[in-house]
Amino acid sequence: MPIEVNGKTLETDEEGYLADLNDWEPAVAEVMAKLEDCELTDEHWEIINYLREYYEEYQIAPAVRVLTKAVGKKMGKDKGNSKYLYGLFPYGPGKQACKYAGLPKPTGCV
Amino acid sequence: MSEPWEDEEEGAIKKFMFINRKAPYGTIYALESLEVVLISAAFDQDVSLVFSDDGVFQLKKDQDPESIGMKNFSRTYRALEGYDVEKLYVDKESMEERGLTEDDLLVDVEMLSKEELGNLMNEQDVVLSF
Repeated sequence: MPIEVNGKTLETDEEGYLADLNDWEPAVAEVMAKLEDCELTDEHWEIINYLREYYEEYQIAPAVRVLTKAVGKKMGKDKGNSKYLYGLFPYGPGKQACKYAGLPKPTGCV
Repeated sequence: MSEPWEDEEEGAIKKFMFINRKAPYGTIYALESLEVVLISAAFDQDVSLVFSDDGVFQLKKDQDPESIGMKNFSRTYRALEGYDVEKLYVDKESMEERGLTEDDLLVDVEMLSKEELGNLMNEQDVVLSF
């Protein structure tokens, strides 16, 4: 279903992931979050921005286990755990956060 | 009722070896192999990779395939460490035939002879060739 962001219509796949990575801008995350009744805080943005950096570096969306470990390394143990990440992204930090970040669904995610 | 983050019971772990023999572009094999490797690793399997024949080019530094309309997925090999995939082997002979040394590769690998690779293959539960 396409989404409306700043007057532009952006294509998404059937699960709501952005069809074209290059369409992403911060407003995309805001619109997607709103559709799922999720209010984005600085803590959400920290993870979303990190995912975008990760993708830029490695050209893939990380599996949730890999994300958790990497967040722990970068932001400390109190954030690098499943409980914290699921707290922010209840639909699954891999799936939901990657979607907001405009990335494809993580490889190995079913 | 367990929460999603508590659901981490151990499944069966098998030894998977992925053998990569083809050049990175021109066919889909290299990219597909990488995809299956990531999935296997996400399921906590014991994964090792072998690069042989033109497959050694998959790990070559400074790839720039944008002009042929391909994503530069070679950067993804550097993410393997984060997936705990650290057993990367290259066939020494294939490297020498192509004038490549370890310095030409974008990740740390172990160079092995065909005989050593053969021994490793014998230790695997599953060997997949791409």
